[in-house]
Amino acid sequence: MQQIPDVIRQIPLNYYVFFSAALFCIGVTGVLTRRNAIIIFMSVELMLNAVNLLLAAFSSYKADPAGQIFVFFIMAVAAAEVAVGLAIIVMIYRNIQTIDTGILNKLKW
Amino acid sequence: MLNIILIAFCILTVGSALWVLWTKNVLHAAFALLLTFLGVAALYVMAGADFLGITQILVYVGGILVLLIFGIMLTNQAGNKEGGKNMILTENLNRFWGILIAGGFFGLLFYTFTQAGFQEVEQQHFGEISNHSSTIQITGIQLMTDYVLPFEIVGVLLMIALVGASFLASKNE
Repeated sequence: MQQIPDVIRQIPLNYYVFFSAALFCIGVTGVLTRRNAIIIFMSVELMLNAVNLLLAAFSSYKADPAGQIFVFFIMAVAAAEVAVGLAIIVMIYRNIQTIDTGILNKLKW
Repeated sequence: MLNIILIAFCILTVGSALWVLWTKNVLHAAFALLLTFLGVAALYVMAGADFLGITQILVYVGGILVLLIFGIMLTNQAGNKEGGKNMILTENLNRFWGILIAGGFFGLLFYTFTQAGFQEVEQQHFGEISNHSSTIQITGIQLMTDYVLPFEIVGVLLMIALVGASFLASKNE
């Protein structure tokens, strides 16, 4: 059951590894520095994309399509997560009229 | 040739991801995220995962990004109307520590991956790669045989999440 296209043979795996590391770290920076809750969400999506891409690349190099199916499931769960998270953000906005995380400090001590 | 195309897509993706990171306008961040998702879809195709490339465009560009833009619209009704423009702006926080932590993390990952020696992994497994042109057939067969239970469960989970989200965001008490 090992049928992966030939195209991967011409690309070094290191490119994917370093690219995914860079994209993940950009996402981490976004989560740590941005103040708008929706942009924090976008950064979380960037991190998810980086991890998914690396999983797909490794599964191709191992000539095993099962990794791609796991990535498919991760995407479905990420879609559910975004739907629920955005609903929560909309509710926060409705209650306190802002989604600025610098102002959302009621739970801080 | 293929390496040049791959590096071009990597630069496009990382550049637009940095634009998401730096821009003050929230809507510009959403549009830069569109470019990032498209670049990642191209990289999926180059990794031999064409089914995932299509899924990336359908789910992320067609679904998640539209949801995010709806979220931006719903959460900034007042807007920022200074100077005759109607922009949705945001500021950064803890820039120094955030970049320091993420940069240190990237340095750690970079060091680990250079020490790991993935070339040997490539050499070991290249013999098994066949001369197929697409993974869609094998992915579909596996989804309907080996992974049919997770497939159904994910469908139910998605439905529950969407019903819950629309209930949470609805206006009536």
